[in-house]
Amino acid sequence: MTDNVIIIDFKNVDKFYGSFHALKDINISVTEGERVVICGPSGSGKSTLIRCINGLEFHNSGVLNVNGIEVHENSPYINDLRQNVGMVFQQFNLFPHLTVLENLMIGPMKVRKSSRIDAEVTARKYLDRVHIPEQADKYPAALSGGQQQRVAIARSLCMESRIMLFDEPTSALDPEMINEVLDVIVELADTGMTMVVVTHEMGFARKISDRMVFMEEGRIVEVSPPDQFFTSPSSERCRAFLEQVLDH
Amino acid sequence: MSNSSKTLATVDGVSGTGPLRGRALPKPPPIKQFFDSKIVSTILYALVIGVICYGSYAGAQSMGYNWQWYRIPAYFYSFTDDGFQVGELLIGLGATIKLSGGSFLLALLFGLIIALLRLSGLYIGTKVAVIFLEFIRNIPLLVLLYLFYYVLGPIFKYDRITASVLCLAIYHSALLSEIFRAGINAVVKGQWEAASSIGMTKSQAYRYIILPQSIKFMLPPITGEIVHVIKSSAIVSVIAVGELTTFGRNIISDTYMSFEIWFTVAAVYLVVTLTLSIGVSYVEKHYAVKT
Ligand SMILES: Nc1ncnc2c1ncn2[C@@H]1O[C@H](COP(=O)(O)OP(=O)(O)OP(=O)(O)O)[C@@H](O)[C@H]1O
Ligand SMILES: [Mg+2]
Repeated sequence: MTDNVIIIDFKNVDKFYGSFHALKDINISVTEGERVVICGPSGSGKSTLIRCINGLEFHNSGVLNVNGIEVHENSPYINDLRQNVGMVFQQFNLFPHLTVLENLMIGPMKVRKSSRIDAEVTARKYLDRVHIPEQADKYPAALSGGQQQRVAIARSLCMESRIMLFDEPTSALDPEMINEVLDVIVELADTGMTMVVVTHEMGFARKISDRMVFMEEGRIVEVSPPDQFFTSPSSERCRAFLEQVLDH
Repeated sequence: MSNSSKTLATVDGVSGTGPLRGRALPKPPPIKQFFDSKIVSTILYALVIGVICYGSYAGAQSMGYNWQWYRIPAYFYSFTDDGFQVGELLIGLGATIKLSGGSFLLALLFGLIIALLRLSGLYIGTKVAVIFLEFIRNIPLLVLLYLFYYVLGPIFKYDRITASVLCLAIYHSALLSEIFRAGINAVVKGQWEAASSIGMTKSQAYRYIILPQSIKFMLPPITGEIVHVIKSSAIVSVIAVGELTTFGRNIISDTYMSFEIWFTVAAVYLVVTLTLSIGVSYVEKHYAVKT
């Protein structure tokens, strides 16, 4: 954060699904080591925005640079980019036909061409980091939701990415499992990794974020530091949204 | 995955693996329940088979047909002064299995290529695959065989065996490609996204993530297709390739035992295909427990 290197940079980005205008003139940059939390009502384009960052969706106009690579549909560097941008999904998306350890090792081995031994050492290291070393040989279906999501986080970490994206990592979890996952993410945040997180967990957001982003109807409506964001948001829509979320 | 939202193919046997699987069935009407009960249906089966057997027997009698069942075993095997001899029907069966096996393996390969082309998202790939598919599916197998033997054979200078294998392989690759496509599409989209998000290329994702998971959707209809290949292989007897059906026909023209031989040939096909189906359903259960 000291030298403020920009690692994600949206310039006038627009995105359409058919004729539906999902992202409207997005301008935001994220510096290395920064932690940005995005919130906003359902359908406001949060997932779309975050998925553009690693090219799971492609924007239609404007310029998006991530980790020194310009992201667009025909870029030959998309797979290189994705190796350096980890993503954690709402539905975990673990590979059900592989054991936990294999889930963690397949990326390093097949994509990074690490040796089996190196991949296993890395896998066990990150499994420790998410506090489930004893689950290594189970299949994902045998784990609780919270454990599965932690495996998914470890899978991304195994790629030694510089940037991590989280798209509502706790929304599919039973309430009693939310904290074990959030705790892991907070620990990660303390390591200084660049993070972009979509979440409705406002306490958690306040704890980890350097900047809060509020989106509505495909637009970024407000960007501010958490203190200001939670106490005196400048836009009316944002204030209404916060009241609603913090209420319950 | 621009076309992953397309509906699953509804090839025979594939539809059963669709999303409707878990839905509760409505209770059938009383009449159907009556006919579906074990006792009633057993009696019905026995009746039908009895009538067929009696009908053929009585019909043959009235024709003055001379039954010679005792000569049949010699066409499977015999012991002569030279020792154990394999009979023509067994040799024919061996040829049928080789022919079907070879065609099937080739069909698997072609079928996978067609399916991947179709799913490639490339305009030209999709079009080529679709045209191939429509072409093959809408030509009778017999005509396809004639094309391969009488037209392409002389042009590319290959023999009748090659013509048969190619024809069967191409014909079944079309059906298999639809099975592959349905199986691949049955893997949820999130798996593609997870594979991409760790930097896998499309072919790595297919190889390590998607295909291993789609196997379990594909296995039942694929085995159905093996049985299908064995059955359709009989058609090559029209260009006199030596296999079970051809051998049966040859025996008949020597001995005039058409009833015995056709019953026997049918029974041999039945034994082979039933054994296969039972073996596979065993493997499938085994598989299902594991994952
Ligand atoms: N693949 C798609 N095709 C067409 N429309 C889409 C597609 N994906 C998203 N949309 C639409 O784009 C809009 C934004 O979707 P997005 O998933 O980004 O919202 P979100 O803010 O993540 O919402 P949520 O909180 O419900 O996850 C929605 O109206 C959605 O219906
Ligand atoms: Mg979303």
